[in-house]
Amino acid sequence: MLTLQAKISALAFALLLIFGVPYLIEISGRWDLYYTLTSVALLSIASAGVWLTFYIGRINIGQGAFALVGGYTSAILVVKYGVSFWLTIPLAGLMCILVAVLVGLPILRLRGVYFAMVTLVMTEVARLTALALPITNGAKGISSIPLPGGVSLFGLTLIPDFAELENVKRGFFYVAVVLMLITFAGMYRLVNSRIGHLCRSLQQNEELASSIGVNIAKLRLIAFSISSFMGGVAGAIFVGISQSIYPASFPVKDSVDFMLNCFLGGLGYVFGPMLGTLVNYFGWDLLFTAGEYQLLIYSSLLIFLMLTLPNGLLSIFSKMKN
Amino acid sequence: MEQIIVNGLYLGAQYALIALGLTLIFSLMNVLNFAHGQLYVIGGFVTYTVSVKLGMPYIVALISAGVSLAIIGAILEKFLFRPVIRKSVREESTMLLAAGVAFFLDALILLLFGEKQRGIPKIVNGVFNWDFRIIMPYDRILIGCLAVLFIVLFITYMQYSKTGRAMRALAQDKVAAQLMGVNVELYSMIGFALAAMLAGTVGGLLVSITGVNLGMGGPTSIKAFMMVMIGGAGVISGAIAGGFILGMLESIGLTVLSDFGDITYLVIFASLMVFLAIRPQGLMGKPWG
Repeated sequence: MLTLQAKISALAFALLLIFGVPYLIEISGRWDLYYTLTSVALLSIASAGVWLTFYIGRINIGQGAFALVGGYTSAILVVKYGVSFWLTIPLAGLMCILVAVLVGLPILRLRGVYFAMVTLVMTEVARLTALALPITNGAKGISSIPLPGGVSLFGLTLIPDFAELENVKRGFFYVAVVLMLITFAGMYRLVNSRIGHLCRSLQQNEELASSIGVNIAKLRLIAFSISSFMGGVAGAIFVGISQSIYPASFPVKDSVDFMLNCFLGGLGYVFGPMLGTLVNYFGWDLLFTAGEYQLLIYSSLLIFLMLTLPNGLLSIFSKMKN
Repeated sequence: MEQIIVNGLYLGAQYALIALGLTLIFSLMNVLNFAHGQLYVIGGFVTYTVSVKLGMPYIVALISAGVSLAIIGAILEKFLFRPVIRKSVREESTMLLAAGVAFFLDALILLLFGEKQRGIPKIVNGVFNWDFRIIMPYDRILIGCLAVLFIVLFITYMQYSKTGRAMRALAQDKVAAQLMGVNVELYSMIGFALAAMLAGTVGGLLVSITGVNLGMGGPTSIKAFMMVMIGGAGVISGAIAGGFILGMLESIGLTVLSDFGDITYLVIFASLMVFLAIRPQGLMGKPWG
């Protein structure tokens, strides 16, 4: 169980994100930060999924594929079938689970670099499929998707109509942050549950886990499905924000970035992907002022971090304890 | 039909040469080198610079591409990969490093050579034409033959030289090789340098035909990964087989599937997935590489 101190700090973190950050943005007038922070929150949800596949000892470079599948599911449902955007978010996740089970059954047997390479290839497959299928509209993509509508229950407005909001960006910020908090709370719970411990046993020694009666194939599939669900949800909300999706919306670069975020934060820590995404995204944005040297400085910093803290940023705390 | 086979062989020879380097690094150090495509691009740009900007003969340019890439490879191994492998808890950390290196090399290429597509003038003029059944420009034939020559040289080197034997021993069993007195650090460095040299040489060969540009690195890496997967990671014969198979598939696909639009690679990817589901270790790989 959580200690009282951990509970209080988690609550404080949630309150800070939901009330403190918007307040700071209002008084500073940096409205663009809403979009940046929303992206960070959504990307960290997808990265959390990747982290979970790392947790069962697989290197997943295919999250971009699931974000794309989720995004297209949401876009097609909204545009062609008039489904409410909010309903398409879980549906996008479910669609991704379906794909994850279909793809995962054969490829989850692969290990190490084989799995990594297959998932990397999968991102390309997703992009090419989106280009080739008629329903995805090919290279033109799906654009001018309407903003999400409102949801009301018994005359009570649960979610206001986004088209009438005076600040749509803030609306999406709340959606993303709340989802992120739920995701990471769920992840924390999962990792510290029985399933979480079993997953860790997979990471260390699959044969041994299997020999003491753990159904490793089922467990792998569950972890991979949850992972892809997160990717799909993040992709769907991105579609809602940008109101468009193209085959190139989530390229290989994004898949690699999701993986980098996990490494950057630290593979041994549940909240690693959150910190990793924040640092990665803001680091890149802050370096924008460096102009043509942006990529050079960014990559040098990455390499430097790797040389000094090969186990992730959060490992600095355990280093200090020693 | 003959045309398709010849095109496939020509593509396959280059692909095999790229895949060889990737598989060599993997077998020696268990590192998946994301930056392999970038090394290839640098090779192309070095060749361009030496042959067009400095006006040297092509062969000098090709050699300088190989040599400079070998130096880059050695530096990468000694100062980046070796310390990270030593310090990190999980082996996968090298993938982050490799991705970082790929970004770094991209940035370096952008600053040094710009983002323009670069090519060099034709080395040989003329087109080989056999009764309109096989039509192939002479320079492509030359490049294809050079690629095959390099593959043969590489295999001979790995098979018969002392260095090659040491590297093969390392790939088989690191600890046993070390006990037999093989200097692991030295040979890992040589292996990395050799692999980078192979990538750079292909870049140098292809710059004379298709040219190179900044954006080619990533897609080239992905193709190289596919070849390695087809053949089996860390196996030299597998990399060669994988390269030729991919070249053949691409050549056949572009002809047969051209009516259905640009789906050659989609079909190749899909069949690769099915293939790996049946045989996860590739054609010749060890199970669970």
